[in-house]
Amino acid sequence: MADQLLEFAQQLINGLAQGSIYALIALGYTMVFGVLRFINFAHGDVFMLGAFAGLYTAPKLLALFGGGPSLPGATAVLLVAMLICAAIGILIEKLCYRPLRDRPRLTVLITAIGVSLFLENAGQYAFGVDPQSFPEIIVDRAIEIPETWGAISALTITIGQILVVGVTLFLLLVLRFVVLHTRLGMAMRALSFNPVAASLMGVNTDVVISFTFGLGSALAGAAGILTSIQQPSIDPLMGINIGLKAFVAAVLGGIGNIPGAALGGILIGVLEALVVGYINPTYRDALVFAVLILILIVKPSGLLGKTEREKV
Amino acid sequence: MSAPPGPPPPALLRLEGCTMQFGGLKCVSDLSFTIPEGSLTGLIGPNGAGKTTVFNLITGVYRPTAGKISFASKSVVGHRPYRITSRGIARTFQNIRLFGSLSVFDNVRTACNMHLRHGISHALLRGPKFATENAETEATVTELLDIFGLNAVRDEPCRSLPYGDQRRLEIVRALATRPKLLLLDEPAAGMNPTEKIELMNLIRFTKEKFHLAVLLVEHDMKVVMGICERIIVLDYGKKIAEGTPAEVRANPAVIAAYLGKEKP
Amino acid sequence: MATRAKTLLATTLLACAVLSIFAGKINPYYYDILISIGINIILATSLNLVNGYTGQFSLGHAGFMAVGAYASAWLSLTFGYILGTHSAATTATFLGALTVGGLIAGLAGLAVGIPSLRLRGDYLAIVTLGFNEIIKGVIQNAEPLGAQRGLGGMMQHTNFFWTFTFAALTVYVVLTLVHSTYGSGFLAVRDDEIAAEAMGINTTKYKVLAFVIGAFFAGVAGGLYAHFKQFVHPEGFNFLRSVDIVVMVILGGMGSTIGVCIAAVLLTILPEVLRALAHLPWLPEWLRPIVENRMILYSLLLIILMIARPQGLFSGIGLKRQKT
Repeated sequence: MADQLLEFAQQLINGLAQGSIYALIALGYTMVFGVLRFINFAHGDVFMLGAFAGLYTAPKLLALFGGGPSLPGATAVLLVAMLICAAIGILIEKLCYRPLRDRPRLTVLITAIGVSLFLENAGQYAFGVDPQSFPEIIVDRAIEIPETWGAISALTITIGQILVVGVTLFLLLVLRFVVLHTRLGMAMRALSFNPVAASLMGVNTDVVISFTFGLGSALAGAAGILTSIQQPSIDPLMGINIGLKAFVAAVLGGIGNIPGAALGGILIGVLEALVVGYINPTYRDALVFAVLILILIVKPSGLLGKTEREKV
Repeated sequence: MSAPPGPPPPALLRLEGCTMQFGGLKCVSDLSFTIPEGSLTGLIGPNGAGKTTVFNLITGVYRPTAGKISFASKSVVGHRPYRITSRGIARTFQNIRLFGSLSVFDNVRTACNMHLRHGISHALLRGPKFATENAETEATVTELLDIFGLNAVRDEPCRSLPYGDQRRLEIVRALATRPKLLLLDEPAAGMNPTEKIELMNLIRFTKEKFHLAVLLVEHDMKVVMGICERIIVLDYGKKIAEGTPAEVRANPAVIAAYLGKEKP
Repeated sequence: MATRAKTLLATTLLACAVLSIFAGKINPYYYDILISIGINIILATSLNLVNGYTGQFSLGHAGFMAVGAYASAWLSLTFGYILGTHSAATTATFLGALTVGGLIAGLAGLAVGIPSLRLRGDYLAIVTLGFNEIIKGVIQNAEPLGAQRGLGGMMQHTNFFWTFTFAALTVYVVLTLVHSTYGSGFLAVRDDEIAAEAMGINTTKYKVLAFVIGAFFAGVAGGLYAHFKQFVHPEGFNFLRSVDIVVMVILGGMGSTIGVCIAAVLLTILPEVLRALAHLPWLPEWLRPIVENRMILYSLLLIILMIARPQGLFSGIGLKRQKT
């Protein structure tokens, strides 16, 4: 019995760590949908670019802090990757989505598919098709839980997992602060409720949308680094699968709803861990699609979202 | 008006105790009224009174939270809009909803769909049955367009028509479904006084020629008072008055709803 | 006027028969491209019914192609000689397998169309994508269908005549449907669902019908593909294949069958043109892989197309007033 409980707890921990990654990426989907009402298909690939940004900048950044894995070095890599991804996100919006501001949402969706394909294929051209090894920016090993804590000491919790959950929590709090207590955050919320009214009230739509993209992409970049700490094998197509699952997480939580994205991410992560642990690892991808189809048929507005009615 | 009044015409549409609630908001509250066959009734009230909601309830876009709606003595609650249309209720919309990519002719033709006796296999194989029905449809649409003076522009994209003509087209399209009750949602919106007079004549003409009952939502009092036989007044989702134009005009509750209470 | 469509069809079929005599004699490389063009015309035209004429954004067409491909392949592998070994007999079983494959694909269209009814735009696209992945996943786990290894050994029944006969049939069905009063329901659903319902059109019926008919022909295309390449693999029917077909529909101008056919021809030839270009001696080395990997240029084309001309290249072609 204690064994089963431990097993369950272990799966929960794994799920929580993976779910935090999904949550970070899901936030980008949901914020962009909130202000622009479309699904940024290319968002998962920004996550991939974050990992590669880390790959290329890590050696120089780590050298600043004495070479080799270190906490300040890892923080630097994280921040730099976030900045790079923010810049990329803002650039993509400016070049590819801004010209389509007044077009049907389907046109933008197709463009986003084009951007996604471009990033993946150009990535393969630039970085090579084969997976590469992400440098060690922090020593990732299981922490030692003292025997005196009892049965819990049998659990495997790695530094990487603690880092992921910790950083995600921190970033979530920062995001919450930005959205609730800054003017830009308020402008974001205004835009997501009513873009016309918001711009009539003096909100600079372009700036706010750029800011939103930058924020979401930065979070995706962070997710890229955090994932690479635990799974050092990175390749240009790594954004596809994770991006899709993060998207499902955003829909599950209620697309456009920020706490929903975080909740959805954790739920998908935990669900996936439970399926892998208790049912069959080969079904993890199918599960995610099943969840997606189920939500969209039963409650398309997600767990925390509200239904939008079309005016007749 | 010297002929003695005959027996009242049968009730075509009957609403009993209808309520429409969205979350905490009651858009329509315990509403009951009857529309007799061949009548011309106006539905008026201040903005937000629930008039379009009533239309949406009747045509099945919304399902009433409570109450009964029956058409020709059969309930229509819970039916899909297309089925309600096939029973004989047609409508136009507050914001014109024409089929934007289609021509004037084709807009009306889509409304003939429900009366087709042939199915998909005939459309594909194009036998004699298809040809005959096709000719019939063509004739029906042409006649309708002709009556309303739109036949000359039948091949034009409907979006290229002036606003007033688009509204007329919407009415023609609704008529192609061969309704017994026609719901017009603010047909005079955006029209100048001349167009409004033409519209009033058009509505009267349509009602007579096609033997319909008409229920009209409208803000322009000249139009409403000018053609309606009876008027129903809503305010905050409730019926506050019902009667002939003269009765309604003098009703203090109606005046209060539109103008506010007189200061003592 | 109604017979004009049938006369056109008959003439086209006759032309197919005549041309097929010559087609068999040309260079196999060009023959391959020709067959691919025909198959892509079927795929693009059938998707255009769903996306272009009914306004339902389906991103999972390759899934239906897969169903048809695998179903017909399995049927012809299992029952191929049931009528005998004479070429007329095997051709008959081939046609039977194709049709049954198409019908099963049509059923898949039903299975996808019905749950998707309440969804619009982005959501519908994602769900159809999901179904595409599920179909692929099912095939990957199905032993009788070769699972991850693929399925092979089919006889090469597909030839110029059959490919273009079915292409002509697909175009005929879609065009005659859409240009009839019955078929105007599809267009009404696309333009304004609420108004369509108010005009007595059963929008559910039309949406599902579009999916089923589209899926049927995609299935036939899949069967033709399977009996041409003589080998099918689940990865050949993934999201990218669906995007391929969607790009044809968009490039051609949604709602223009002729435009979509032209786009299908162009986009089938494009990779070959790029491949030839990539081998030009004066091309700088660094440019070579970009040109050869058509996906980079493809995705750029998509982005530029959407920004510069979202209505497609050929949307002007098409009748203002639909003559029946």
